Amino acid sequence: MEPERRPTPEELLAKIKAEARGKLTIFLGPSAGVGKTYAMLEAAQERLIAGFDVVIGWVETHGRRETEALLEGLPRIPARELEYKGKTFKEMDIDALLKRHPQLALVDELAHTNIKGSRHVRRFQDVEELLAAGIDVYTTLNIQHVESLNDVVAQITGIPVRETVPDRMLDEAAEIRLIDISADELVKRLQEGKVYVPERAQQAIQKFFRPGNINALRELTLRYAAQEVDRRLEQYREEHAIAGPWPVREVVLAALSPSPFSAQVARAAARLATGLRAPWIATYVETPGQQISRAASDQLSRNLRLAEELGAQIVALSGNDIAEEILALARRRNVTQIVIGQPLRKPISALWRTSIVDKVIKGSQGMSVYVIPGTARAREQPAPLAAAKHKTDIKPYIESFSIIALLTVISKVAQPYVHPVFDLTNMAILYILPVLYTAVRYGRGPSVFTAILAVSAYDFIFVPPFYTFAVSDLRYLFVFAVFLIVALSTGTLAGRLRTQAERARRREERTSVLYALSRQMAAETNMQKLLDTVVRAVYDAIGASAVIYMSDSTGNFKVQAATAESEKLATDRERAVAYWVYENGQFAGKGTETLSGADGLYVPLKSEQTKLGTLGALPADPERMTLPAQRRLLEGFAGLASLAIMRLQLAAEAQQSKYVAESEKLRTALFNSVSHDLRTPLASITGAVTSLQEEGVYDLESRQALVETIKEGARRMNHMIGNLLDTARLESGMLKLNKDWCDIQDIIGVALRRVSDTLKGRPMRVDIPTELPLVRVDFTLVEQVVVNLLCNAVKYSPPASKISIAVRKGDEEIQVSIGDQGSGISDEDKDKIFDKFYRLYSPEHISGTGLGLSICKGLVEVHGGHIWVDDAPEEGSVFTFTLPLDRQPTIKEPVEREGDDSAC
Amino acid sequence: MPAKGARILIVDDEEQIRRLLKVALGGHDYQIDEAASGQDGLRQAAIFHPDLIILDLSLPDLDGLSVLERIREWSQVPVIILTVQEHEDQKIKALDSGADDYITKPFSMGELLARIRVAMRHAADTEDEPVIILGDLSIDLAHRLVTLKGKELKLTPTEYDILKNLAVHSGRVLTHKQLLCEIWGKEYQNETHYLRVYIGQLRRKIEPDATRPRYIITEPGVGYRLVAKD
Repeated sequence: MEPERRPTPEELLAKIKAEARGKLTIFLGPSAGVGKTYAMLEAAQERLIAGFDVVIGWVETHGRRETEALLEGLPRIPARELEYKGKTFKEMDIDALLKRHPQLALVDELAHTNIKGSRHVRRFQDVEELLAAGIDVYTTLNIQHVESLNDVVAQITGIPVRETVPDRMLDEAAEIRLIDISADELVKRLQEGKVYVPERAQQAIQKFFRPGNINALRELTLRYAAQEVDRRLEQYREEHAIAGPWPVREVVLAALSPSPFSAQVARAAARLATGLRAPWIATYVETPGQQISRAASDQLSRNLRLAEELGAQIVALSGNDIAEEILALARRRNVTQIVIGQPLRKPISALWRTSIVDKVIKGSQGMSVYVIPGTARAREQPAPLAAAKHKTDIKPYIESFSIIALLTVISKVAQPYVHPVFDLTNMAILYILPVLYTAVRYGRGPSVFTAILAVSAYDFIFVPPFYTFAVSDLRYLFVFAVFLIVALSTGTLAGRLRTQAERARRREERTSVLYALSRQMAAETNMQKLLDTVVRAVYDAIGASAVIYMSDSTGNFKVQAATAESEKLATDRERAVAYWVYENGQFAGKGTETLSGADGLYVPLKSEQTKLGTLGALPADPERMTLPAQRRLLEGFAGLASLAIMRLQLAAEAQQSKYVAESEKLRTALFNSVSHDLRTPLASITGAVTSLQEEGVYDLESRQALVETIKEGARRMNHMIGNLLDTARLESGMLKLNKDWCDIQDIIGVALRRVSDTLKGRPMRVDIPTELPLVRVDFTLVEQVVVNLLCNAVKYSPPASKISIAVRKGDEEIQVSIGDQGSGISDEDKDKIFDKFYRLYSPEHISGTGLGLSICKGLVEVHGGHIWVDDAPEEGSVFTFTLPLDRQPTIKEPVEREGDDSAC
Repeated sequence: MPAKGARILIVDDEEQIRRLLKVALGGHDYQIDEAASGQDGLRQAAIFHPDLIILDLSLPDLDGLSVLERIREWSQVPVIILTVQEHEDQKIKALDSGADDYITKPFSMGELLARIRVAMRHAADTEDEPVIILGDLSIDLAHRLVTLKGKELKLTPTEYDILKNLAVHSGRVLTHKQLLCEIWGKEYQNETHYLRVYIGQLRRKIEPDATRPRYIITEPGVGYRLVAKD
């Protein structure tokens, strides 16, 4: 029997997520003029008639009458007007649309680029936001704007298209409607002027709309749509757990570089991955020897971002051997297809250097390698490695010059004396030392400089003919050559080693920064301190002023923690950006594609389900922020911070709910207490008083008994009220400790005096050693503990049984024990009896609030002591509490004073 | 109304308490006058010239403490403060501002009457008695001699000073501050632990059971009191 294949939780989750979002319908066509907008409006009209709330967000009719006729009856959100460079532009008003929140919004031209100053750079991002808000969207798209087909279209038509839409938009679309007409028809429509053509593009357009082109584009569109249908079928099978042919999973790996040509590699890999329905990885190998310019690093981050857009997972590597690193990653991740670009090398270097591509191919057992050749277009802008401008430090050159000069002088002076053993060749070897030294110390540049200098000095001074640069013996030319090779190779090697070490150190630093932060945060229990720790860590690690925006208790979204110089991140405008990030859970701000006009870069703080806040950073050097490594570090911080914030919030919530539950219990118990326990003594008082009012019924003795009843009832009520008040004070944290030096014997004495009525008829055994140290406590509170324990002892032991009090001195504490001869307490009750309202089961009803012992526990604990109960040696229980002992105060005898008594 | 009875002014805003005191104290031949507010109390004190005032600390208009201070501006009439248990600070303030004693609600009538008697006696006695006798304990102030059941007790000078101070005001509470100030001097008025140690020593010498003192009574958080002569 075939085992049932159920969808995995991830698959189900993805589906649930998709269902909460709005549904996207794309009207896809091979080119402009095929009637996408018309079809979209037609479909919208149908929905309108079906009773849906349809609103036009943006529609471009280009003045065509039959299209405009279809607008009838469809409400329209007025466009937003934006000023840019003195001109007024119209854009879709996304805020108004979100506010209006229709069931279906029509947004024409998905590939449109918004004017600067809009929320998002691209319209498809607007659409994503609408979808996220649960609004269905109808939109139109031409095939040439599909990211992964961008190159192919450019090849077909010869016209590069810049505005591309990531493939994931199409993947996520609930429906893709293909709008297609024949090439002849389209050309006819173009001639009839039915296709909108911007005037400035007349000529290009003529070239574009050739039947060959059109048909190629149509084929591409149809194929793409067919692929989509295929993919959907697969998805359906997954959702409904239909076991289909389950091929070995394909994984595509693309190797990217800082070259603009890498974008082609990324697109090719994305296409391949889509075709194979495989996940794909984009990697970039950092090599230690490499000097990467600012422009190149920008290009690299663009390439990586593009790959990310195209659905790749980015893996950054670092190592000496690019090919080996790529292969290692490929093996680790079970990659089946590698896509790599063939850089255009200068023909000479190709002769003696094995290219990375060759190495990869050689080592790619079991994997297919696709090599994408570099195109002429890409070669126009090679990664300007040469432009790498690192500051030239003049010091190494001066130093090597000095060394050579010194060496030359010494050698010259010493030459006559050592001549027999030290011939000219040996002298040459001596000159290698400074070359090596500068190579190791300063790298390639200075070492080559030193080598040239050394050769010149040697030639000039020691090689005949002397004091000219001319060389009479050709053997010396060989020496010079060796010199230069040594200098170059050692310099390069040493330099590379140094850079590698430097990089490793920096990486290590990043890791340790994150590790240190995570450890710091793990220990933090205070939210404010935690946030401060995070912003400080960002400041220390990437040299960026940082802020954290969070909602406070009143729902105000504001800065909760900030480093120095972060005022720029606290303006209203920045706050709005931070809020957008918080709401949408995505990056925004400088260096991103959303709200890039902001000063800071904002990263969401969020957990799986909860939005927490926004971490904002304002780097001293804004360009650096776009580097993937920096952003990843910031993301790392945000991730750690989110976890820690969640942890604290959950802890606080748990505490809160515990508190709520307890106060609920307290309220209920208080209710019972007031209604029952206080009424009992009140009833006895009222009864006794009304009896006494009847004159001549009771004799003197009975009247005395009634009066006693009243007195006892009043005493009990007073005691209960005291307990309730104490509990309230302990609970509310309003208890003020009035600590002073006290004599424990005195405290017990006062307590005994206070409960003397209750203790009447009880034999007492009091065992208090003399010369006890003083304790620093609140006299009345400790007295209350003793009183409660004594009352308890009386309550839970048979009448006339003995009660004992004992005090013992320990090393760091004083122990007070109060024992009774009651029925004892079972082991399981021994902890619970200190809980509020916990009362032991007893055969006869024993009145009380059940608060006495919990008050004792609270009061003892605020003094830093403990309280517990043991079984008494014979029968009954012994309650013991401790009070910590402090260093004893000094006691002074009064001095004889004369006549200044008036001061008192 | 018996003319011989001392006159007592009750200043309390609670009618129940006033009625109770009026009946109970009236039964003991005291003449009672009442005031329901601080202002009224001050006026009555001036007109009625009471021999003793019972003053509640929580009054609706004026704070009981300021009523006390204003009375003390022109009169040394004994004042007993009525207060609730928790307010130690208020008690101490009132005692240090010239109140003669205090009593905590809820109180027993016997206790109140004893306090009234002590306060009246101290107000009446202008001469120091040479010998104070409290049960088995006798304190001869003239000869600095303390005996228990006729046997002489050896007290250190400080212990004697404390006992003397308490004995002179026997029945009345003395605050820690008052005692420390009197014996050690003003700069030691907060060193409560001096008293704890010396009172402990003193008790071990004069009390039959130091845990259940018969003579020196601790008023928690306030001070000490030597029991009254009767």
